[in-house]
Amino acid sequence: MSSTLTDLSMLELAAKLASREVSSVEATQASLQRIAQVDPKVRAFLRVDEAGALKAAEASDARRHAGSPASALDGVPVGLKDIFLTQGVATTCGSRILEGFVPPYDATVVRLLKEAGLPLLGKLNMDEFAMGSSNESSAYFPTHNPWDLTRTPGGSSGGSAAAVAAREVFGALGTDTGGSIRQPAAFTNTVGLKPTYGRVSRYGVIAFASSLDQPGPMARTVGDTAALLQLIARHDPLDSTSADVATPDCLTGLEDGVRGLKLGVPREYFTAGMDPEVEGTLRASLEEFERMGATLVDVSLPHTKYALATYYLLASSEASSNLARYDGIRYGQRAKDARGLKELYTQTRGQGFGAEVKRRIMLGTYALSAGYYDAYYLRAQKVRTLIREDFTRAFQQVDALVSPTSPVPAFKLGEKVDDPLSMYLMDVYTLPCNLAGLPGLSVPCGFTQGGLPVGLQILGRPFDEARLLRIARAFEREHDFFRRAVPV
Amino acid sequence: MPLSDFQTVIGLEVHAQLLTQSKIFCGCSTAFGAEPNHHTCPVCLGMPGVLPVLNQRVVEYAVRTGLALGCTVKPTSVWSRKNYFYPDLPKGYQITQYDQPICEWGELVIDTPSGEKTVRVRRIHLEEDAGKSVHDASASAGQSLVDLNRAGVPLMEIVSEPDLRDADEAVEYLKVLRDVLVYLGVNDGNLEEGSFRCDANVSVMPKGSTTYGQRCELKNLNSFRFLKQAIEYEAARQVDVLESGGKVDQETRLWDVNKGVTRSMRSKEDAHDYRYFPEPDLQPLIVSDALRDAQAKSLPELPRAKRTRFMGQYGLPAYDARILTAERPLADFFEACAVHVPDAKKLSNWFLGELSRLLKEEGTPLSALRFTPAQLGELLATVEKGTVSANAGKDVLGEMFRTGRAPADIIAEKGLAQVSDVGAVEAVVDDILAKNAGEVEKYKAGKKSVYGFFVGQVMKAMKGKGNPGLVNELLKKKLGD
Repeated sequence: MSSTLTDLSMLELAAKLASREVSSVEATQASLQRIAQVDPKVRAFLRVDEAGALKAAEASDARRHAGSPASALDGVPVGLKDIFLTQGVATTCGSRILEGFVPPYDATVVRLLKEAGLPLLGKLNMDEFAMGSSNESSAYFPTHNPWDLTRTPGGSSGGSAAAVAAREVFGALGTDTGGSIRQPAAFTNTVGLKPTYGRVSRYGVIAFASSLDQPGPMARTVGDTAALLQLIARHDPLDSTSADVATPDCLTGLEDGVRGLKLGVPREYFTAGMDPEVEGTLRASLEEFERMGATLVDVSLPHTKYALATYYLLASSEASSNLARYDGIRYGQRAKDARGLKELYTQTRGQGFGAEVKRRIMLGTYALSAGYYDAYYLRAQKVRTLIREDFTRAFQQVDALVSPTSPVPAFKLGEKVDDPLSMYLMDVYTLPCNLAGLPGLSVPCGFTQGGLPVGLQILGRPFDEARLLRIARAFEREHDFFRRAVPV
Repeated sequence: MPLSDFQTVIGLEVHAQLLTQSKIFCGCSTAFGAEPNHHTCPVCLGMPGVLPVLNQRVVEYAVRTGLALGCTVKPTSVWSRKNYFYPDLPKGYQITQYDQPICEWGELVIDTPSGEKTVRVRRIHLEEDAGKSVHDASASAGQSLVDLNRAGVPLMEIVSEPDLRDADEAVEYLKVLRDVLVYLGVNDGNLEEGSFRCDANVSVMPKGSTTYGQRCELKNLNSFRFLKQAIEYEAARQVDVLESGGKVDQETRLWDVNKGVTRSMRSKEDAHDYRYFPEPDLQPLIVSDALRDAQAKSLPELPRAKRTRFMGQYGLPAYDARILTAERPLADFFEACAVHVPDAKKLSNWFLGELSRLLKEEGTPLSALRFTPAQLGELLATVEKGTVSANAGKDVLGEMFRTGRAPADIIAEKGLAQVSDVGAVEAVVDDILAKNAGEVEKYKAGKKSVYGFFVGQVMKAMKGKGNPGLVNELLKKKLGD
């Protein structure tokens, strides 16, 4: 297995491209073949852009030939969650309401990847408008977990995680509003990084909850994740919430290890309801960190128990407003035969949105309504501040926090579809990080006896992605879980 | 109680389009009159994934206005989303400022028949305009069209306290405010094109009461005349409702231009719940000390101060000073001319009379005038000396206006110079009197009405160039008056 091209990490492939051992066209064709072979089972792709990817690969090879590669990853084919606008390539955000929508412009991160020379293989499945933790709210079809096809790859960036895990792509971009990069990474034995809010431009990324959304890299190794982050972490004048900070150097100190670092273990993140195998794997991982020279510190994040309610109020409030533009007037689907404006709206939105999206629009609309605003939205904002302060206090004592990414490993498709609340509980360890705007990363830390991946979450101070990656790399170096062959 | 026992109470909400080149949150042009939907981009079309980026010029203009009205300029203000569905609102929400506007608590001084009055300005906030829905013949049956050229054009809303007490005060406030905004260069003051719009909140209460009545919001007031008519109609309507034992409902009412009435558009029950919340795509709006100071430093002299100065410096009556200072280019031109004219009142007469008429008739902006202040000074001096008559002077000005030629050249070419030589005029007077001995007799017998006949005959003989003062003087002398 390890000898095939698609098993290479992005950096390994980049080295072979640089030495001209392999061409970008060969790598892209290998990916396309792998997609043709496994995607009928995994169903990670909503759209494969074979022509576009090959054209980009040819251009990349020409640059290599001319000795002027555009970036360290020039020619490495990757995939995009279908939330990123791609000029001329349909973008649906997993929703019927955007079926057939072909964007007139590229998202900033898409432009950056194109400029860096990465062939873009196509658009990856996701929960509708990124609302979900299993990819089952996609209006098109659910994606299957390559480690067990009867299970979910997580969500909402489940298509991205599954495609990376199944070796269909070398890396991918996802977005994370409450755990949508990290939880699928944990479910699929991949690495996923949610950068600090403002680190990566949101321009051209279809908004779910503007104050929480953050695009980020997903890959099979920590090094790949770091390399991909370097390409997309740029200040963007088109995004007023983009931080005016320099692109971090995440590769130079990547191998520096954890000796001397203080790692906080938030006691609220080890609660009843956690899968015993997940807990066992996590405890073992923590001991390993100690063995590698880190100090574990017991810390408390006392407002953690309010995070879920706070998150669902704020994210849904923003979503109810962000999704108002899908009205059938200017683009996307419009209800046929609607009579009058009101019917046009109600039928277009009634037919175009799925149940989970409607649920959150209603929740958010309610929370913002006159008479309820203070009790819900405003109160939630105050609690958000308290949650942020919990982290600020913790980071006065420690360099990073370590915890499980998800309380359970990948669950069965269909298992939680009819139980939204238990689905929401999937995000209980991931969403406080979004509320606080902090960077968070999930790195593989083992497998259950049944062969399901388990993820370790590392949370850091604002703009401290380099340290998170370094900690994750120290752990990865001891294990190389990413070398494990995926059964699909 | 009759109408006269009630007090009308009015507050105005003014929407002024800011004179920026580009829209408030994207780079599209704000120019009026383009093909529908040509001044649009993904941002102002509300495409998926777009984000707003604030046009800094908009902030400068709001700060400038706030300072001119004596407002507190907030170092930090907040953008909010106002959520509602309408086809010409691309995002399904308007980005505006809600509970934390950029400026608060200023004032505007207006003139009323009973003297100066200070009207409080409660707030100034910034927002984006919506597009325009077209329901007219250009749409096919059962369809409406949407033009989003205007979507995202920057607006500044200026809200007064309910300090105005009748329609005339409201009109005066609106005029004074418009003059200030135009002076500041932040708005073009055009009511008809809708770049300066006004809604009026109107209520009535028994005279002497301190409790305001229920108010109605009046819309579609796109001229000063409509504002006055609508307020007067609405106040009378509300009094009628109260007098017949009814209750005024809080509602939005539309001024019907054709019928001259206000009619209900939206009751309070139908009012939207706009679900305002802070705009997460924009940082709070920070006004730095440097920005505020720069605006304060570059504030122009405002109409009222200029008017007072004109009265003092040039000895002009209030009426003249107000008209001359209503628009900055006119005031500037007046001052440029005043350097060349010793009697400012005489200059003012020319400005208010012939020059205003020409500007209006020819539709020429002051910036396109062909003659110089020095040339106008020269013309007025020529008239003053009696070289040309006042009437001929008007013709000369008209020619200067159209051609830009020097007054002396025009006078020479057209032979407009008056005959002020005593000997020459006397010869003609003697000749006319001699030729009309019969009329002279009648005059001397008391028929004074023939005097005009003599003047006419003299002027005719002199082809209108006789100095009128001199002609009069000599005639009266010869006729023995």
